[in-house]
Amino acid sequence: MDPSTTVIAGKSSLRNLLSVNDLGADGLHEMMRITDFFAEVSARPIPKVPVLRGKTIACAFFENSTRTRLSFEAAAKRLSADTMSFGVSGSSISKGESFKDTIMTIDSLGADAIVVRHPSAGAANQVARWVSKPVVNAGDGSHEHPTQALLDCYTIREALKEKSLSGLRIAVVGDLSHSRVARSNVLAMSAMGAVVTLVAPRTLWPASLDGWPVHEITCDLDPILAHTDLVYLLRLQVERGAGGLLPSLREYTATYGLTARRAAMMPKGALVMHPGPVNRGVEMSSEVAEMPTTLVGHQVANGVLVRMAVLYYLLAGPEGVDAMDVSRDASVLSDAESASLVALDG
Amino acid sequence: MADVLLRGGRVIDSNGERRADVLVAGSKVQAVAEGLSAPTGALVLDVGGCIVSPGLVDLHCHLREPGQEESECVETGTRSAALGGYTAVVAMPNTDPPVDSGSMVRDLAELGRSSLVEMAVAGAITVGRNGSRLAPMAEMASLGVKIFTDDGAGVQDSALMRNAMEYAAGIGVTIAEHAEDASLAAGGQMHEGSWSSRLGLPGSAAVAEEVMVARDLALARLTGARLHLMHLSTAGSIALVRQARMDGIQVTAEVTPHHLSLTDGALASYDPNLKMSPPLRSAEDVNAVRAGVAQSVVDAIATDHAPHPLEAKEVPFADAANGVIGLETALAVALTVLVSGSGPFIADVASGEDACVEGASAALGAPPDGAVGASGLLGIQELLALMSWKPARIACLDHSQGGPVVPGSQANICVVDLDAAWVVDPDRFASRSRNTPFRGWKLFGKVLHTICNGEPVVLDGEPQR
Amino acid sequence: MAERERRLVPRGRGVFVPRSQVMSASDVRRALVRMAHEVVERNHGVSELVLVGLQTGGVPLAEQMVAVLEEMEQEPVPLGTLDVAFYRDDVGIRPVVPQAPTSMPCDLAGRSVVLVDDVLFTGRTIRAALNALGDYGRPRAVQLAVVVDRGHRELPIRPDFVGKNLPTRRDEMVDVSEDGVTLGDVVIR
Repeated sequence: MDPSTTVIAGKSSLRNLLSVNDLGADGLHEMMRITDFFAEVSARPIPKVPVLRGKTIACAFFENSTRTRLSFEAAAKRLSADTMSFGVSGSSISKGESFKDTIMTIDSLGADAIVVRHPSAGAANQVARWVSKPVVNAGDGSHEHPTQALLDCYTIREALKEKSLSGLRIAVVGDLSHSRVARSNVLAMSAMGAVVTLVAPRTLWPASLDGWPVHEITCDLDPILAHTDLVYLLRLQVERGAGGLLPSLREYTATYGLTARRAAMMPKGALVMHPGPVNRGVEMSSEVAEMPTTLVGHQVANGVLVRMAVLYYLLAGPEGVDAMDVSRDASVLSDAESASLVALDG
Repeated sequence: MADVLLRGGRVIDSNGERRADVLVAGSKVQAVAEGLSAPTGALVLDVGGCIVSPGLVDLHCHLREPGQEESECVETGTRSAALGGYTAVVAMPNTDPPVDSGSMVRDLAELGRSSLVEMAVAGAITVGRNGSRLAPMAEMASLGVKIFTDDGAGVQDSALMRNAMEYAAGIGVTIAEHAEDASLAAGGQMHEGSWSSRLGLPGSAAVAEEVMVARDLALARLTGARLHLMHLSTAGSIALVRQARMDGIQVTAEVTPHHLSLTDGALASYDPNLKMSPPLRSAEDVNAVRAGVAQSVVDAIATDHAPHPLEAKEVPFADAANGVIGLETALAVALTVLVSGSGPFIADVASGEDACVEGASAALGAPPDGAVGASGLLGIQELLALMSWKPARIACLDHSQGGPVVPGSQANICVVDLDAAWVVDPDRFASRSRNTPFRGWKLFGKVLHTICNGEPVVLDGEPQR
Repeated sequence: MAERERRLVPRGRGVFVPRSQVMSASDVRRALVRMAHEVVERNHGVSELVLVGLQTGGVPLAEQMVAVLEEMEQEPVPLGTLDVAFYRDDVGIRPVVPQAPTSMPCDLAGRSVVLVDDVLFTGRTIRAALNALGDYGRPRAVQLAVVVDRGHRELPIRPDFVGKNLPTRRDEMVDVSEDGVTLGDVVIR
């Protein structure tokens, strides 16, 4: 038995998944490893396991996102959990119920974990302060979207058939300052060993690079393409074109759109990713969207798998159990004891 | 009203410090000397070791009445002020409706009857505070208004601001500015910088404040108006004011206790009780503001007491109201941060349990090495000047407020136990609101007694009405 | 060692101290060969047979048994591996993290499956494995081969092929490795 692949005793605790930073490099690799198990589960004739039977997962979506919500619900159901869903339309939010009241209601309805999506940064952090259940951030303002980063990294790992992204040269291109996807992905990619370059016009740069573990930031896409193994294109909210941040959509596309000409400048086999939905002719041309090395569809399928891994890990993995205070003495264990424990815990 | 004898205190006022008993009779100070004997029936307060100071004067508080009585009213706000050692406050005009006419000023004066301390009213610069047309400033001035401001927002139209200053200079009143360029600050939830970049909250850059400070200083130079800059928060603003002083521009400036004690790193908790305008700034800014205080660039510490009900703060950060309350903590925060020398006190911060480590340490507000220290920056007398007699002069309240404690002066006095340590518990505030950023902080310096026009409105930390 | 009873080992406190060897490496080998013969006898050959080793302790044993069967019958025998973490009934009581891959070589419908594990104890792992197998189709039959049956069943489960019946105390531990089978104690620190 390989000790490195067994019980993750004494790891820093993961009560919630609010930021990619909650996982760290080890946690990311562990999450990838668990996702592999769920990839196998999903390939079975009956792609469902009873591991979260009796648990209820609440999806509290204060911002519309059908795709992400369906993905979390599918993940919960494949783990045999029940789901409660809450969306902004048809909810009491429009009737003036406060954010906190809504969360407390979901809490008292017996949710075992709460998945939160909200247009305000930090909303999931606030929820985690109010309830004692695990909280998963499904996107908060322009802060983070950790499960998107997990699924993107899983997709890259799968495409490369590698376990880590060590040394992979990634360019993240587009609206960096308003993108939770960019932030979470940069954190995750860097933690998994990639060398990340940010590319955007100055008006879309983050205010500071503090907290952005990147190699460099540049305004100029063309010169770096020859040294880039993967281009990650961020979705440009088309209304930004008129927001004074960009002169025009046309100029953005001319400077940062991934065309066949630009794609040809990349090394052979280099990958292109986009979190979707793609604005064809803006972030990338249709030819690029159709290339076999362009990964958009995979990301959706893998989204369910990584979300299964996250829900499973928080509710049934070491953290779910730690929450029940079974192993409060683990901290007094010496390394030698940990090692023999691993050998015992068959 | 019984006479009051304060026995054994250290009297500190603009004349300096001396050990003396203070006898208050009626609304005046009757005697200041050692070994005074108590007249029959007098209330004798043993204030041995405590500071006896002119009452504090707050240039900037929001009492919310009329219109937002769910957050505060004149009675609760001024009770809160009295507990904080204040004997006078300037109420901001951004009520609902705003104070932009003579009749509103009269209404406010009527409401002021329930006040525990002296309440001065500031008037709006523009009608409805909407920045398009000058309010009847002369009419309001004739009813005693000395300060005009559209606080809550700056006057965006530069030509209008020039006119306001010309007009104000003509009638001898002060223009007070909430310096914030609305277009630069648009959408900002916190200070733009390292932390906004980490936290994904839209930033409001320091320049949004600084361009307006620069504009207003230029207009003040042109018009000769008296300009008061409110709640300055950036290093650039302090530098601009320092230069303007040297250039002889008539400008005064205030800063708030929270901008002296907290940095934007505290926002790592996403606690809406840390959301205000101007936002908490970087450590460099905090140090510059502290230096401005130490070097007399800053004339006053004002609370910007901005009460909000729970439902305006228990919401997602982006939806939360701007502002924090401060009347009951201002003196202790200032004493602790600027005077006491107990720098690491902020390690007791209870805010932001889930803040990351860096966030927590940034919340300490303890400046990095080589920066202006948190300790011993000011003497106690200098601090009281910033909170009592200097703001009294800016508000033109110096006929009754902030004057030296001498026989014949108006009896507006506060007594402070410098050694008392206490933990901030908002649930015990007299304010109707709880939105303090200092919950759980251990502070030094407690207001024991407040005497307002001879009446002991606070005794042993308890309001008397 | 999938069937080693975890409940005895408070996480982070138990240490295994070996006491006596009950089977040598070659004893285990001989037992596997004998069980392989029994499997062939019971199933009239190896066609339509699938061996599934339980992760992690049962997998090397299943691999050895497949090698024996293929040599005996000169016919390929599909081998699967199964991690039952997602089917355990102690989710939420102790950490349940899958440790090694699950893979099924073929559709199980209509086939006879021989589950292979090292130690049979309470029967709960086998119960979980039976549930898991159901998600891969409907086997014609499921049989169970274990190297050691140490008793103390908590469910109505019995093995079809046993290497050695080993009476134990409930609080003892049975360790199966390449070196053989060792009996020992869990010392709680």
